Amino acid sequence: MKGQGRGLQAYALLYLLFLYAPIILLPLFAFNSGTIIAFPLQGFTTNWFAQMWANATLRTALTNSLTIAVSASILATCLGVFAARASTRFEFPGKGGMMGFILLPMVLPEIIVAMSLLVVLLGAGVQLSILTVILGHVLICMPYAIAILSTAFSSLDKSLEEAAYDLGETKWSAFRLVTLPLVMPGIVSSLLISFTISLDEFIIAFFLAGNQPTLPTYIFSQLRFPKQIPMIMALGTVLVALSILLLALGEYFRRRGNARMGGNPTGGFL
Amino acid sequence: MTDDRKPMIECRGVHKHYGDYHALRGIDLTIRAGEFFSLLGPSGCGKTTLLRTIAGFEDISDGAILIDEKRMDEVPANKRPTNMVFQSYAIFPHLTVAQNVAFGLRRDPRGKAEKAALVEEALAMVGLRGYGNRAAHALSGGQRQRVALARALILKPKVLLLDEPLSALDRKMREQMQVELIKLQRQVGITFVLVTHDQEEALVMSDRIAVMFEGEIAQLDGPEALYARPATRRVADFIGVMNFLPARILGEQAGTATVEVPGLGVVDLPERQISRANPDDEGPTIGFRPETMTLVGPTQTHSQPRETNATIDEVVYYGDMTYYDLRLDGAAAMDGKARPVRISMRNVFGRDVQEVGTRTRLAWSPGSLVLFR
Amino acid sequence: MAKGLDAQAKQGYALIAPPFLYALVILAAPLLTILTYSFLTDGYLEVVRDFTVSNYVQVWTDPIVRTVMLRSLMVSALVTLVTVLLAFPVAYYVSFLVRPERKSLWLFLITIPFWTSYLIRVFLWKVILGYNGVINSSLTGLGIIDEPLTFILYNVNSIVITLAHAYAPFAILPIFVALEKIDRALLEAGRDLGESRAMTFWRVTLPLAMPGVLAAVLIVFIPTIGDYVTPELIGGGKIPMIANLIQVQMLALDNRPLGSALAVTAMAIVALVSVVFLLINRRFLKVRS
Repeated sequence: MKGQGRGLQAYALLYLLFLYAPIILLPLFAFNSGTIIAFPLQGFTTNWFAQMWANATLRTALTNSLTIAVSASILATCLGVFAARASTRFEFPGKGGMMGFILLPMVLPEIIVAMSLLVVLLGAGVQLSILTVILGHVLICMPYAIAILSTAFSSLDKSLEEAAYDLGETKWSAFRLVTLPLVMPGIVSSLLISFTISLDEFIIAFFLAGNQPTLPTYIFSQLRFPKQIPMIMALGTVLVALSILLLALGEYFRRRGNARMGGNPTGGFL
Repeated sequence: MTDDRKPMIECRGVHKHYGDYHALRGIDLTIRAGEFFSLLGPSGCGKTTLLRTIAGFEDISDGAILIDEKRMDEVPANKRPTNMVFQSYAIFPHLTVAQNVAFGLRRDPRGKAEKAALVEEALAMVGLRGYGNRAAHALSGGQRQRVALARALILKPKVLLLDEPLSALDRKMREQMQVELIKLQRQVGITFVLVTHDQEEALVMSDRIAVMFEGEIAQLDGPEALYARPATRRVADFIGVMNFLPARILGEQAGTATVEVPGLGVVDLPERQISRANPDDEGPTIGFRPETMTLVGPTQTHSQPRETNATIDEVVYYGDMTYYDLRLDGAAAMDGKARPVRISMRNVFGRDVQEVGTRTRLAWSPGSLVLFR
Repeated sequence: MAKGLDAQAKQGYALIAPPFLYALVILAAPLLTILTYSFLTDGYLEVVRDFTVSNYVQVWTDPIVRTVMLRSLMVSALVTLVTVLLAFPVAYYVSFLVRPERKSLWLFLITIPFWTSYLIRVFLWKVILGYNGVINSSLTGLGIIDEPLTFILYNVNSIVITLAHAYAPFAILPIFVALEKIDRALLEAGRDLGESRAMTFWRVTLPLAMPGVLAAVLIVFIPTIGDYVTPELIGGGKIPMIANLIQVQMLALDNRPLGSALAVTAMAIVALVSVVFLLINRRFLKVRS
């Protein structure tokens, strides 16, 4: 037993190292004064961060990405609340099929979503912009939002809302006073996850943004120029730090929600 | 016994369909003001559906429900003079005990201090004085139920609806809460309607009980009448234990009947011991409760009018009670099948538990028999 | 009749309408357009409305398309195999050997890398595996090799490693969930009935974990077959996969009907593989119940 456990533990730790290898390298090169991304490291510098800070295109890309991510996460979460409530609270013919269709983007290769949407938008003469990216991002964020929100809604006792209604509240005020506060942790996680997915999404942004840069498309365009790589490493470091912060926040809210419901804090993001 | 209290809830020909499923099949029922009324039946009999139609959570497909002499057709649940204690208690986990209890007072124009006093009073009534600031999710099952009661009663409803309120509690707690609920009901004088599948609970707590099967009321009676004179075999079988023996009707006149029961002989039964609603279609059947007959030793005397010889087939010892399965002499006379009969005896001091195979005498009275025909 | 059901159904439809209509407009309409395009003829800079199946004929006969299709399938299959095989022991370790209160920490650690910039992660694998990359420079620096290893860069191997890294959590989580669901008493029963630890694993644990393994297979296979970035960055554009081919036909060559036929074919293949696995999964679920 002990031996088997040790072996598996060593393997699991090695696997974690494999998972984290790129992320560990990121700050190393971000603070490395050498212009070529290779070992041995040269010296310590924060130049790349300064260069990043001064980059105007990057700033535009960041603004675009934040606009897209904020809009997409709010829209996807709103639509997700509708779908999650419909699927956890009501029975109606065709529910399974409709839900399956809404969740389809989760298993559809992104290139196909991007290409088909692009063809239609071009055919309809729609100007490509960050707006068209938002359309696509809402579509791909929605299934994740629904997955998170459905868990939040389904762990809710149906009688709670009925009790509020029975005690004299209206259907809407019962939802506002009881359901909403109880699923709020789920809504916050859904917003955070959708935001993170949208911020990092490349393919749809690449094809649907027209000539507007977003962070991932900007990074992609710069990876061709070796001169720009150290700055991208600095950018990556900031992004990774930000992602971890957002995820930790999301996890914190999820657990707090669980604790409030009297549940035990297990499970993960997916 | 006539009851001149005014009707609080009236159901007139209430039907409820879910698609093809006919959940309530014409319920006619009057529950009087201040009554402790129970809806009793196995799961799926429609008792919870009936409760939820009274509460207003379900529309009815046909018929009418009146509460305090007003039709409730267009009145939604939040406007009805009823409040509910849910099976899961539905205590809001994000609020404190006091906030839970005060939940229904949100639209009440009274001042903060007055409301706080009401909450404290309601908590005291259910024995939770001083629990106001506790987090709701940290409460035990019994405490949750008390909060649910206080939360509903603080609104002084005309009717309190209780949906299997004791089923989530352990046995000791359940028995304690049964007594407390009876006391509480007497104290507040509100009409209580309880849904339960536990016949013992219904017998202990209720003024009257409606036994339901398949969306219909099979019998509506007080606990004693229900137990002693069940209207159908099915009711008899559902409430407590009852022995059934086939019977042959020898003669009938003016409501009384003379029947022959294999093993027990010929008996005359007055009208009150005859149930004519026997849809089970198994022919005339005699039923009796295990505790209505007594085992007597060879030298013992007894005051019962009749006695029958029997052999003990099985002995089941319960501590305070012993159950004996007996084979009555001559029991197989009618159709060749000897049906065992179960008798229960209290284990009082000085009475030995009998052994399997012992020949014994069974003392009984025709007054304890019920004829289903 | 059935008033209650109707009211409930109406509310349900009203609620599901906004997300469903959104998916209808943004997903179904484009997919149908692609399907229609795939049967039309390509004119210069426009799509001619003549029905034809020649696009599909071309997709299935063109040797380049066939090579790319087969490569995509092979790479996806390889990635899926590697990812799931590597992931299973980790899922097993977390489910069976990690203390309950530490499990969510492990899952958190496993999911974090997934949420960090995909592009940068892919690029860093290029840095790690490259000619002057971390592995080669360390190995030469330590004197273990004289010449940089080349079998790990700009080829299928490097694509497989990168994708196996990218989709790791997708494989671990479903397997973990399936393992968590296994009643631990079953394993004790297996041991109690005289099986060795290994045989208990083989006869009890593995069959019960199979739905999770199959879910992991699907969840890794589907997105990898449509991956665009990794072949572009790691493969240096020299070993295109199906997504790259679709993009080239649709945009660079502006042959939308052929691009659409490619996309539809790719979807059909994905759907076919999914159905096969779902059928296998159903068998396992049947055994379970």
